[in-house]
Amino acid sequence: MPNIEIDGAIHEVDGGQNLLQACLALGLDLPYFCWHPAMGSVGACRQCVVTQYTGPEDRRGRLVVGCMTPVGEGLRISLKNDAAKEFRADIIELLMTNHPHDCPVCEEGGQCHLQDMTVMTGHTVRRFRGKKRTHRNQYLGPFINHEMNRCIACYRCVRYYQDYAGGKDLGVFGAHHHVYFGRSEDGVLENEFSGNLVEVCPTGVFTDKTYGKRYSRKWDLQTAPSICVHCSLGCNTTPGERYGELRSIVNRYHGEINRYFLCDRGRFGYGFVNSERRILQPELRGRQAISPDAARELLKSVLEPAEKVIGIGSPRASLEANYALRELVGADRFYTGWTESGNELMQTVLEVLRRTDALNPTLAQIEQADAVLILGEDPSNTAPRLALSVRQAVRNAGFELAAKVGIPHWQDDAVREVAQDLRSPLFIASCASTRLDGIATDVFRGTPDEIACLGFAVARNLNPKAPAVRNLSASLKDKARVIADALKNAQRPLVISGTGCLDKTVIEAAANVAKALQSGGKALSLVVPECNSTGLALLSGHSLEEAEKALESGAAETVLIVENDLYRHAGKSLVDRLLDRAKYVVLIDHSRHPIAGKADLVLPAASFAETEGTYVNNEGRAQRFFSVMLPGAEMQDSWQWLRDAGAGNWEHADSIIAAIASGIPGLKGVADAAPGAGFRISGMKIPRQSQRYSGRTAMRANIAVSEPKQPVDPDSPLAFSMEGAAVQPPAALMSSAWAPAWNSNQSIIKFQAEVGGHLQGGDPGVRLLESSGSLDWFAAFPEPAKAAKGTWLVVPQYYIFGSEPLSSGSPAIAEQVNGLCVLLNPEDLDALQTKSGDALELQFDGQSTVAEAKSDIGVPIGVAAVSFGLAGSEGIDWLTRVPIRKAAAEV
Amino acid sequence: MQTPLTKNIKPGRDFATLADYRATGGYEGLRKAVTSMESLQVQQVVKDSELRGRGGAGFPTGLKWSFVPMGENAPATKYFVVNADEMEPGTFKDRVLMEEDPHQLVEGIIIGSYAIRATSAYIFLRGEYHLSAERLAAAISEAYDQGYLGKNILDSDYSLDLYLHTSAGRYICGEETALLNSLEGKRANPRAKPPFPQISGLWGKPTIVNNVETVCNLPHILYYGLDWYHGLGRGKDKGTKLFGASGRVKRPGIWELPMGTPIREILEEHAGGMQDGYRLRGFLPGGVSTDFMLPEHLDVPMDFEAIAAHGSRMGTGTMIILDDRTCPVEFVLNVERFFSRESCGWCTPCRDGLPWVVAILEDLIQGKGRPGDLDLLHHQTRMMGPGNTFCALAPGAMEPLQSALKYFRDDFEKYLRRPVLAEAG
Repeated sequence: MPNIEIDGAIHEVDGGQNLLQACLALGLDLPYFCWHPAMGSVGACRQCVVTQYTGPEDRRGRLVVGCMTPVGEGLRISLKNDAAKEFRADIIELLMTNHPHDCPVCEEGGQCHLQDMTVMTGHTVRRFRGKKRTHRNQYLGPFINHEMNRCIACYRCVRYYQDYAGGKDLGVFGAHHHVYFGRSEDGVLENEFSGNLVEVCPTGVFTDKTYGKRYSRKWDLQTAPSICVHCSLGCNTTPGERYGELRSIVNRYHGEINRYFLCDRGRFGYGFVNSERRILQPELRGRQAISPDAARELLKSVLEPAEKVIGIGSPRASLEANYALRELVGADRFYTGWTESGNELMQTVLEVLRRTDALNPTLAQIEQADAVLILGEDPSNTAPRLALSVRQAVRNAGFELAAKVGIPHWQDDAVREVAQDLRSPLFIASCASTRLDGIATDVFRGTPDEIACLGFAVARNLNPKAPAVRNLSASLKDKARVIADALKNAQRPLVISGTGCLDKTVIEAAANVAKALQSGGKALSLVVPECNSTGLALLSGHSLEEAEKALESGAAETVLIVENDLYRHAGKSLVDRLLDRAKYVVLIDHSRHPIAGKADLVLPAASFAETEGTYVNNEGRAQRFFSVMLPGAEMQDSWQWLRDAGAGNWEHADSIIAAIASGIPGLKGVADAAPGAGFRISGMKIPRQSQRYSGRTAMRANIAVSEPKQPVDPDSPLAFSMEGAAVQPPAALMSSAWAPAWNSNQSIIKFQAEVGGHLQGGDPGVRLLESSGSLDWFAAFPEPAKAAKGTWLVVPQYYIFGSEPLSSGSPAIAEQVNGLCVLLNPEDLDALQTKSGDALELQFDGQSTVAEAKSDIGVPIGVAAVSFGLAGSEGIDWLTRVPIRKAAAEV
Repeated sequence: MQTPLTKNIKPGRDFATLADYRATGGYEGLRKAVTSMESLQVQQVVKDSELRGRGGAGFPTGLKWSFVPMGENAPATKYFVVNADEMEPGTFKDRVLMEEDPHQLVEGIIIGSYAIRATSAYIFLRGEYHLSAERLAAAISEAYDQGYLGKNILDSDYSLDLYLHTSAGRYICGEETALLNSLEGKRANPRAKPPFPQISGLWGKPTIVNNVETVCNLPHILYYGLDWYHGLGRGKDKGTKLFGASGRVKRPGIWELPMGTPIREILEEHAGGMQDGYRLRGFLPGGVSTDFMLPEHLDVPMDFEAIAAHGSRMGTGTMIILDDRTCPVEFVLNVERFFSRESCGWCTPCRDGLPWVVAILEDLIQGKGRPGDLDLLHHQTRMMGPGNTFCALAPGAMEPLQSALKYFRDDFEKYLRRPVLAEAG
C-alpha cells in the first residue's frame, strides 16, 4: 500500500488505483464528471485536476488529471493549491457556457451532480457572453426523457450504454461543441438497462419519464430501503413517495448485488403500486365492499372447522406473509402455490445450493468469473441484472491482457483498445436466441433435455467420475469437449443455470458441471423465478395438485390464497378445477387478477411499498424491505390479516420475524437481516424524510389546516418524519444516499468502505444457505425424445417486459409488452406455410392457445418457444409436444 | 545542394514513374535493407541518422521505433501507419511528395515496416488528395508486381501488405491516435497516452505512425548512408526538409533545403520577398498551430531547437506570412474558427474553450469587446496550454493567439478603443 502526500498530509492508499479514486476513498472532495466508479477513467472532462510535485523542492508543480494518474509511492499532490483550484473552476465555467440555467424547472435539480460540482468549485459568475448551442430532443420511449441542451458532454451515457451495457442504439454524433448524444432517429431505447442513464448522466439530459409525470424534488420524497420484487436477484432499491403515490425507484447501492445499476423492469415496474388494479377494501364476491371489521369476522368464521382449511402461499409474498399463513393453517395444510414439478424444481435448487462444493456467488463475484457456462437459463429476461454482470465477466480476459502490457484496469478506453474482441469464454445453451449471444464464444440450441445432456457431457469431460452420457451425437460431444476445456483452464469458472427451462435435470446437469470442476474458484449460480421463491421453498409446502386432491376428496373445503395468481404457476385446467371444488375461496392480495374474480372474500393487502418484510433472493440472502408509505386505510399487511384471523399473536413485525427465526430451522438468520424496530441512534429513529422535506404543514391544507400528527411506525426503526437521527444509519436502514455537498446518488462514495466496494459496516442482508460440499453426482440424465412429426415441444420464452406480472401492471412497462408469441425456426415456419406475424394455434389437450408467429433462427427445429407469463398463456402445458396449425382468425 | 526528396520532381514531367524512380536508385535502399540487414540494424541506422519526425513535433524517428516490442515474444501482428492526413492550414509539402514521386513513399514504408517487423502497413490519406490517392494506388500495385510488396519481398523472409485508406476528413485525424481510431472505423478522438501506439496502437497492436516526409527520408538514408545524410544539414538537425511559404510573398511555394537554412534565405531568396506594397509583420513558421515570429527573427535557422529558443515551433516548416495590411486579430480569429470547428469534442477545454475564444474575438472585432477581454483571452491561452488538454489540438490553437497577444497587443487594444456599438438593452 503506497503512501502519498496530499496537501502536506501523508495518506496510505490502495495501490493500483488512480489518484481521483484514492482521493475520493479518503473522503476528500475532488469534483469529477466523466469518471464513474464502475466504468473507470477516460480523462475527457478534465475536472479532477490536481497539482503534482516532483519533490519537496518543487514549489510550482504541474497540473495532472486525477483519474488518469496512477497512484505510486511518494506521490506528492495538492488539491488546494491555486493553480489546480483555478483550473477546476475554469472547467466548470466552460461546461456552463452551454448549460441552460434551467435548474428551477429541471427534474435533476436537487439531485444533480453538475449542481454539486459547480457549487464545490465555486463557479458563480458567468463571463461567457456568446450564444448557447441548442439541440433538438428525441423521443426515447416510455422510460427516458431527453433534454440535450443540458448536456455537458461527459460521454458517460454512451460509455455506459454501449461499452458497459452492450447497447447499440445510443451514440454520439457530430463534433466540437455540437456533439450530440442520442439515437440516429427518435425511437424506444432498445437496451434493457436504459434506465441507468438517469443515474449515469451527471445532469438532466436523461431523466426518468415515469417520475417526471408525477414529479417531486428528491428532498420532498419520502423514502425507505427496499428490495426489488420483479425477479429473484434481490437488487436493493429506493422507492420514493409523495402525496401517497409511489413516484420513482432509484438504485440503492449494495456492494455484492446490484452495485450501481438496475434493470428497466426493476426501475420502471413500480407503477402497479399506484394502479387502478389495486384492491382498496375488503370485498365479497361480485366486488361488494364490506368493512374491514366485518371482513375479519367473516374470515374467522370461514376458517372453521380448521382441518377443512388449506392455505396457498406465494413466491412473491414476504416470508412473513407465507409464514403467517403456514401458522394459521398448519404445515400439513400449507401449499406453496407451485405444481408438483414447480415444487420439485425449487427443492432441487435448494438441495444443490445446500450441498454443492462450488461457491454460490453474488453478482459482484459473478463479475470476477473468467469462464462462464449458461445452461438453459436466459438471464437477460429472467434475472436481467445478472446478465449485465455476465457482460462484465467476459471482459476479464481483456483486463488480464491489459495488465500484461502495463495498462491499469481503470484506464477504460485503453483496456478496451488492447482487448479488442478478446473475451473470457462464455458458452450459452438455450432453447432460443438470447441477448447475450453477441458476446458468447459459442452457443448451443436444443430442447431442455438436450441442454441437460450437454451439461452432463461437459461434467463427464471434466471429470471421469461423473456419470457418462449415452447416445450423444458427435456435434454435442465436440461442444461438450470445447466447453469443458475452456472451463478447465479457468481460475474462476462459473456455471449459471436455474428454473428457466422448467426442467430439474438442467439444474442437476449444472450441479454436475460445478462438481466436476477442479478449480478452487468455481462457482454455481442458480436463477429462480420470483423475489421470494427461495424463501417460500425454505418454508416448503405441498403442491397445487395435492391441494386439488384435498378439495376433491372433501378433506378440505376452504382455500385461503395469499398474494398468488395461481394461473401464473399452473395450467388453467388444474386451477379451474381447484377453484371449482373449493366451497369457499379467500384471497388476500394487493392487486386484482383473475383469482380475485373467483374468490368469495377478497382482502386488500399492502404492497412492498407499504409494508416491511423479508425476501430471500436466489443466492439465499435474506433481505428486509421497509414501507415507504402507509397502506390505504382499509389495507394491511397480509400477515396482519392472518394474525387477526388467529395465526399468531405477533404484535409487530419483529415478533413475527422472531417467530420465523426460532420456528423454521433454515431461517434462523432472518432476524439479523436488518436492525429491529427498537433500533435507535442516540435514542432516535431513522427519518424517512429529508431534512429539507417541504410542505409538511401545507400538504393537507385543502383538507384541514391543522397538521396531523406524524404516523407512528411500530414495525421498524424508521419514522414517517423529518425528525430523527441525522447521522448515518447502518446500511440496511439507509434509504437514500445524501452527504454534505453531495446531493446526487454519486454521494454513495461517502458511504463505501472503498470506492465501488462494500458499504461501510458491511452490505445488508444475511446469507441463509451454508453449503456442505457433500453433493453427489446426479445420474439420471434424460434421453432426448425423438421428435414426433407434426408436433412441437413447447418451451418457455421469457420476456423482461411481460413475463413478470407485477411490473406489467406499470403503464410504462405495459407499453413495452408484446402480445403472446410463438418463436419457431424459419424452416418450421415454412413447413407450416406461415410467416412472422401470422396467428398460430397450439393444440393442447382439450384447449388451444393462439399466438403470433415469430421467426427465430435460434429455435431448434421441432421446438416452439412460447411467451411465458403473458395473458393468454394460462392454458399452456409446458414441455409437452403439441400440434400447431394456422389459426382460423388473426390474433 | 542536394535535394534527395525532390530530385525526381522535374519541370515538364507529370510525376516520377516506377522507371523514373528506379533510374535514380529507387528501391535500392529497400534491397539493401531486406537482403543484407536485420530489422534491428535498420532501426539502428535510422537512430544514428538523427532523423526527426517531419509531421511537426520533431520526435526522433529511431527513438520512436525503439519502443516497439521486437523479437520472438513480440506480438505476431504489428502495424506501420503513414500519416498522410495533411490538413494543417498552409501546409502542402506531403501532397507534393505523394503526387510527384509516389514510389519514394512506398519504398520508405516498406523499409520502415521492415525495421519494426510490421505485418501490415497503411497510408492514411487526406480525403481531398484525389490525385495522391490515384498515384499511390498505382504505385502500390506496381510495387506488388515487382515483388517489393506481398509475400517474401525481394526473396527475403519478410512479407508485407500495404493498404491505402482515404480519410473521411477531419483535422484531428492528423493526431496519431485519433488517426488510429479513425482507421479502425471509430470516432476520430485522440487516445490517452500511455499506452503509446508502439505498445497498443492500431487494433490494440504495436504500431508506428510516421509522417509522409519522414518516411520519404528512409530510402535515402539506407541507400546513401549516414555520412552522406549527416552532411546534408546546415545546423544542428540532419538532412533536408521541405520548407514553404504562403501569404503575400512574391513566389509562394515549397523548396527542399538543408535543415538549418535561415528563415531569411527561404523568404527572401526562394519566396522572392514580400509582394510590392506589403511589409512583413510576422509569420507562423510551420502551420497555424505555431507561435508567431517577427521580422527580427529572420536570421534564425530553421532548426527544431533554434526555433524553439525563440518561443515558437518549426512545426511543418511551411510558413504563413502576416503582412502589414492584414489585421492580426482577424487573422487569429480565422485560425481559431478553424480550430474550434475541428475540435473532436472530447475534452472540455478544447470543446468549450475554443468557441469561447472565437466568441470573444468576434465581439472584439464587432466593437463589442469589453475591458478585461484581453486578459480573459490570455487566461484561455494558459488554460488550454500543453498538458491541460487531452491532445495537442487546443495547445496548438493557443500558440498563434498567445503570440499575437504578445506581439500585436496594440491591434487588439485598438478594437477596444473604438466607440462601442450600441447594445440592445
